[in-house]
Amino acid sequence: MTDERVKELGFAQKLLMRPEMGAFCGVILVLIFFLLIAADNGMFNPDGIQNWSVVSAQFAIIAVGACLLMIAGEFDLSVGSMIGFSGMVLAIASLHFGLPVWVGILLAFVLSMALGAFNGFLVIKTGLPSFIVTLAFLYILRGLTIFMSVTTTNKTILSGMKPLAEEDWLAPFFGGEAFQGFFQWMGNMGWIETYTRGIFEGQPVVSGVPALIFWAVGLVIFAQFLLTRTPFGNWIFAAGGDAHAAAYAGIPVKRVKILMFMFTAFCACVFAMCQVTEFGSAGADRGLLKEFEAIICVVIGGALLTGGYGSVIGAGLGAIMFGVVQQGLFFSGAESSLFRVFLGGLLLIAVITNTYIRRRVIGAGD
Amino acid sequence: MQPPPLPDPILSLRHISKSFGGVKALQDVSIELRPGETTALVGDNGAGKSTLVKVMSGVLRPDEGQYLFEGREVPVNGPRDVARLGVQTVYQDLALCNNLDAVQNLFLGRERTGPWWTGFRVRRAECERRARDVLRRMRLDSIALDRPVGAMSGGQRQNIAIARSILWEPKVVLLDEPTAALSHSAAEQVGALINGLASHGLAVLVISHDIHNFVLENSDRIEVLRLGKNAAHFRSGEVTGEQVVNAMVGGKEGVNSAA
Repeated sequence: MTDERVKELGFAQKLLMRPEMGAFCGVILVLIFFLLIAADNGMFNPDGIQNWSVVSAQFAIIAVGACLLMIAGEFDLSVGSMIGFSGMVLAIASLHFGLPVWVGILLAFVLSMALGAFNGFLVIKTGLPSFIVTLAFLYILRGLTIFMSVTTTNKTILSGMKPLAEEDWLAPFFGGEAFQGFFQWMGNMGWIETYTRGIFEGQPVVSGVPALIFWAVGLVIFAQFLLTRTPFGNWIFAAGGDAHAAAYAGIPVKRVKILMFMFTAFCACVFAMCQVTEFGSAGADRGLLKEFEAIICVVIGGALLTGGYGSVIGAGLGAIMFGVVQQGLFFSGAESSLFRVFLGGLLLIAVITNTYIRRRVIGAGD
Repeated sequence: MQPPPLPDPILSLRHISKSFGGVKALQDVSIELRPGETTALVGDNGAGKSTLVKVMSGVLRPDEGQYLFEGREVPVNGPRDVARLGVQTVYQDLALCNNLDAVQNLFLGRERTGPWWTGFRVRRAECERRARDVLRRMRLDSIALDRPVGAMSGGQRQNIAIARSILWEPKVVLLDEPTAALSHSAAEQVGALINGLASHGLAVLVISHDIHNFVLENSDRIEVLRLGKNAAHFRSGEVTGEQVVNAMVGGKEGVNSAA
C-alpha cells in the first residue's frame, strides 16, 4: 500500500540521514588512518587492540547514559564528579570501614543513583537549565568527595583494593576478565604473543576480555533496545523533542527525565566500579572532564544538544572513535596536545553536520 | 412546526465560572453537546472560548459549576479523567512531537506492547496497521507513516492530530481552531472530516473564527460567547453570518435563541 504522492526517499539518502552515519564513517576513517601510520608500532597487535578498546569501552559506558539523557532534553555535567564520588565510596567502605567489597559496590550504586535522582529533581523542580544546575553539582560533589576522603582517611588516593576485589564475588563482574582459558590456549598455540620472562612468563599478553568491555557492549545494546523498541524509548524522544506536547499526550515527562538522570549516574558508577576493582585504587580527583568527553561522544554519534534526536549506537561509535584517536596518537608517537585540537575540530564538524541533517529530516522552524 | 426531538446531551457544563487573578474568564457559562451534532463555539478574542475548551478537556479546573457526562455529574481532576470518559481534545498547537513520526505520535503514551519476555517491545506492525486503517477511514491515505511530522504540511499535521483523537473511538471530540493556520482547500478537507465524525454519532465541538466559510457550513449549532458569558445560540441553518457576528461583538444580543 504505497501512494504515489508520497515522495520516496532513496535507500542511500535514508542511510545518510541516520544519526549514527557520521560516526560510523568516522570510525572507519580513523581506523584506516591509524592502520596506515601506527600499525608498525603495535596498535593492532592483540595487546594494542585491547589497549584502545578498553579506553573506548570506558568512554562508551558514560556516553550511553549521557546519550539517553541528552535525547530526553537534559545534560549532566556532574558525571566526572560522580565517578570520583562513587569510586571513593567503594574504597572508603571496604578499605577504611572494612565492609565486604560487594557491600561497598551496592552502597556506591545506591548513593550515586540517589544523587542522580536529586540532580534531576532539582532540574525539574526549579525549571532551570540542567546545564547550570549540574554545573553547580559538579563542584559540590567534587568538593564533598575530597572532603569525605580527607576527613575519614587523611588521603585523597586510596590503594590496596586489588586483593580485596579478587576475593569478592561481585567485584569480578566489574574488574575481572572473561575467556582467560581461551586466551591462554591461543597463547599456547602461538596465535598471540606470550611473555617470555618475568612473573608472567608463558602467559599471553592479553589474558582475557575485561569486564569493562562487556559492560560497554551490554549497556549499548540495552539502551538501544530501550530507545528504539519500547514505549519508554518513544517517551524519551517525546520528552526531549517537545516536553509540552508529550505532557498533553499523557507522558510522565518529569519521571522520564529524573529516571534518565539516575541512569546517567548509574553509568558513571559502573565506570568507577570497573576502574577501582580493576586497577585497585580510587582517587578523589578521578573522572575529571569525563562529563565533557561523554557529551562529545554523544554529539559525534549524531545527537542534538537540544534534545529529541540521537542514537545510542552512534554514541558507542563516537566512543570507539574517541578511544582509537586518543590511543592511536599515543602509539604513533604524535604530540599528545594535538589530540585536543583534533577533538575540538571533530566536535565542531559533528555539531554542524548534525544540525544540517536535522533540518533536512525534521524540517526547520520549530 | 415542531422541531425534531433532540437526543439527550452527552456532555454538558453548567454554570461554569473561572477566574485568573482578577480577570473573570468565564462567568456562569453553560454548554451542551449532543451525539451526532457539531457545535461551533464562536466569539471574539478574549471571549473565553479556549478557556471553556480547557475546562471541558480537564486541563483547567473551574472555580464553580458542574461537569455532567451522560446526565451524571462526574469528578474531573485532570485530562486523564476526561480522556477516560471518551472525550478527546485536539489542541490549537496540535501537541504533536515534531521529532516523532506519524505512528509514534498517534500512539504516544498508549503504545501497544508485547509481553514481558519481548522486553515490552512496541508492536510497531500492529500500530502501523491500525494507523493506516484510521487514516484510510478518514481518506488520508497519502500521509507517510514513517516520517517525522515536523517535515509535514500544516494540513497533514492537523489531520494527524485529529486522527489521534479518534483512534480511541471517543464519544466526544473537542477541536480548538482546527483551521486557523490552514489554506482554503486544507480547511475544506478538515471540515469534511469533522462532518464525518458527527455523522458517525460523535458529539463534536469546534472553535473557529471563520464564520462564513467554515462555521455555517460545517456545524449544526452555534454557541456564541462574549466577554466570558453565553451571548447567544443558534441553529446553523436558521441564521446568517451577519447575525452571528453581531452576537459576537454585541450588536444585538440573543437575536435568535430558539434552538
